[in-house]
Amino acid sequence: MVKDLEDVVIRTVSRILVPFIQIYGLYVFVHGHGSPGGGFQGGCIMAASFILLVVAFNLRESKRRLKERTNAIFCALGVFIYAGTGYLSFLYSGNFLDYGQLSNLFPTDPIKARYYGMAMIELGVQITVMAVMVSIFLDLITAGKHEETLEEDGK
Amino acid sequence: MTDLILSNYNYWVYVVLIMIGFYGMMAKNNLMKKLIGMNIFQWSIILFYISIGAKKGGTIPVVDPSLHPAIRALDYVNPLPHVLMLTAIVVGVATTGIALTLLILIYRKYGTLEEDEILEALKK
Amino acid sequence: MMLHFPVLLVVVPLVMSFFIFVFGLFQRRICFPLTLVTLAACLLFAGGSFWTVLSTGQPVHYHLGAWAPPWGIEYVVDHLNGLVLVGLAIVALLAAIYAKTMVEREIPVAKHAPFYALYMLQATGLFGMTVTGDMFNLYVLLEIASFSAYALIGMGEGAAPFAAFRYMIFGTLGACAYLLGVGYLYIITGSLNMADLQQILTPLYQSQVVSVGFAFLLVGTGVKMAYFPVHTWLPDSYTLAPSSVSVLLAPLFTKVGAYVLIRILFTVFDPSFSTTLLPATQVLGWIAVAGILFSSIMALAQTDLKRMLCYLIVTEIGYIGIGVASGNRLGLTGSIFHILNDMFMMAGLFMTAGAIQAHFRTRKTDEFAGLHRKMPVTSAVLVIAGLSVIGVPPTCGFFSKWYLLLGTIQAEQWVFMGTLLLGSLLNAILFFRIFERSYFEPRPDPPHLGREPGTRFERAAMSELVPMILTAAFIILLGLFSGYIVQYSIAYAVPKGF
Repeated sequence: MVKDLEDVVIRTVSRILVPFIQIYGLYVFVHGHGSPGGGFQGGCIMAASFILLVVAFNLRESKRRLKERTNAIFCALGVFIYAGTGYLSFLYSGNFLDYGQLSNLFPTDPIKARYYGMAMIELGVQITVMAVMVSIFLDLITAGKHEETLEEDGK
Repeated sequence: MTDLILSNYNYWVYVVLIMIGFYGMMAKNNLMKKLIGMNIFQWSIILFYISIGAKKGGTIPVVDPSLHPAIRALDYVNPLPHVLMLTAIVVGVATTGIALTLLILIYRKYGTLEEDEILEALKK
Repeated sequence: MMLHFPVLLVVVPLVMSFFIFVFGLFQRRICFPLTLVTLAACLLFAGGSFWTVLSTGQPVHYHLGAWAPPWGIEYVVDHLNGLVLVGLAIVALLAAIYAKTMVEREIPVAKHAPFYALYMLQATGLFGMTVTGDMFNLYVLLEIASFSAYALIGMGEGAAPFAAFRYMIFGTLGACAYLLGVGYLYIITGSLNMADLQQILTPLYQSQVVSVGFAFLLVGTGVKMAYFPVHTWLPDSYTLAPSSVSVLLAPLFTKVGAYVLIRILFTVFDPSFSTTLLPATQVLGWIAVAGILFSSIMALAQTDLKRMLCYLIVTEIGYIGIGVASGNRLGLTGSIFHILNDMFMMAGLFMTAGAIQAHFRTRKTDEFAGLHRKMPVTSAVLVIAGLSVIGVPPTCGFFSKWYLLLGTIQAEQWVFMGTLLLGSLLNAILFFRIFERSYFEPRPDPPHLGREPGTRFERAAMSELVPMILTAAFIILLGLFSGYIVQYSIAYAVPKGF
């Protein structure tokens, strides 16, 4: 009886908290230029929101929210965003990761274009770090055997 | 003598932490404790790098646009070691991830995480 | 696009690794062709950069992000770099072709996509370590290559995860020592760029901080290249790794470490500092003597072919150390040429060991009787690679050993010369024992093949034989054209201080 009450409290509170944690993660990422923060830190906080879901609910419910294939795609998507920003400057015969050339693509001057280029690669870093942290956590708690843990969980 | 210790206390802290980590890696029998020793080793080097970037009375390295022509490098903390250590922290996290996975595989196969028991099982 | 080849060499395998990871989850069959295409592209990039360096005679500088050094990271391809890069690219491509059937045999199907992704990450790390001109970037790429190595080795069976864990503890020690060295140099100079460090460090050689930083750098690089006392991670991990992994790691990883050592000793620090101001090269030479003798004798004591080859790697690294210790132009030429040769020799040897284990079903050299009749091509490649290790002309091993010997004679280091000759003798004993058993012993009824009675002996597949034959061909070609290689490339790679 008490356990059911505890479950209800934990589940309701984490359901409320998860969006706020994610917004905080995005806040930390966006303010990486002027205060402590950036891609890696924001990605870790966003991963913490998913880990809270797994800890509060069981594995099956959280897997419905973030499937493993989606996780793998996020992992690669971040790297593609990073490398894509680097490759974009090839189109304008700049060097790799030369954000100044992005001013030919977006309507800003070269200095602001470097600012936006950094933000773009930090976005890639954040997505990848979030996906990798969740993936490491899932692998460790299921000891690699995802399917068998799901069966035990469902009982 | 006190000058030698007090003025370089960041170096003393980093040396003590490295030696603790090193001792953990070498002398402990349990593989998990070796992993924790390795972690302490890596983190102490990160501490060392960050400590060399600090300046007395320095503030965060973001330039205030209003005083643009008149900045002195002495007022701002050196940001380069911080940036390098961001990468090193990520490297430390990845090392821990791989090591924990390998530990799970070892535990599944041998049922123990003590190094001498595993070596006994290997000899057979 | 030619201008961008140095950076494409690192970025293309990195992006393709994640590409293979994602698309391999949906369609497993595209992993292997994508790997081949990427490594062929890397060969093109490496060859193109080296060709530019050879034809213009000047190193190729590439500034990442268009920031000039020392504010930005710089990628440099010069004569030393380019040669090692081309060797890396060729051996990585041959290893990937070889890995096709080995992967299907040894790795569970669900793990093929991550395996090839890790393969490409390893290639990224190796190429990047060679092409970078920035000390901290080298640390990052060194760690990328090391992590991929730990994970790939952990995929083997038996005690492979345990060996990978021990390798990881040791390897992290080495990488952290390297990081400490970079930190000490940064404290006193404020720069991380290799060419810049060379300029700034010149008046600072009397400082204690520089000497301690130098020592840390050498220890870190020594761990990664399996130099004598810190080589103990190598035999266990490379023996227990799957065949497809040891063919990629064994020839390449330690040689890139040797290249990093030569960079640190002679480009970042002035040659006079490393040879006369601090007797670093002398110490390295004496340690190498101990290493060659120890590992040759340990190799003689092994019955397992792959474990014997692992001790042979340590011996070859010892030869490179002796060349560095001679401290003259001939010795260093021998070392650089030996880096290139050893890649092909070890690739050939490990490919044959993997094929013998897969088809002949044994790795114990006692059971090699009648090998040449069942696997003639494999035995021939084993013979050619073995003759190259011993140092028989016209294989390439003879020429690099010749330069090393001339270097020690010119430096009048008789102990080093004696060690080189003794090492060759011990290697000869090692290999001729195997040749005799596989070619000349009469073939009994094979007990090991009949473990499951009724199994047929299957010949090695084409995708295993072709890389082996190509490796043997390269060993002989490198020997025949050694004069051209030394004259046009290595002669410029040796720094002017000699």
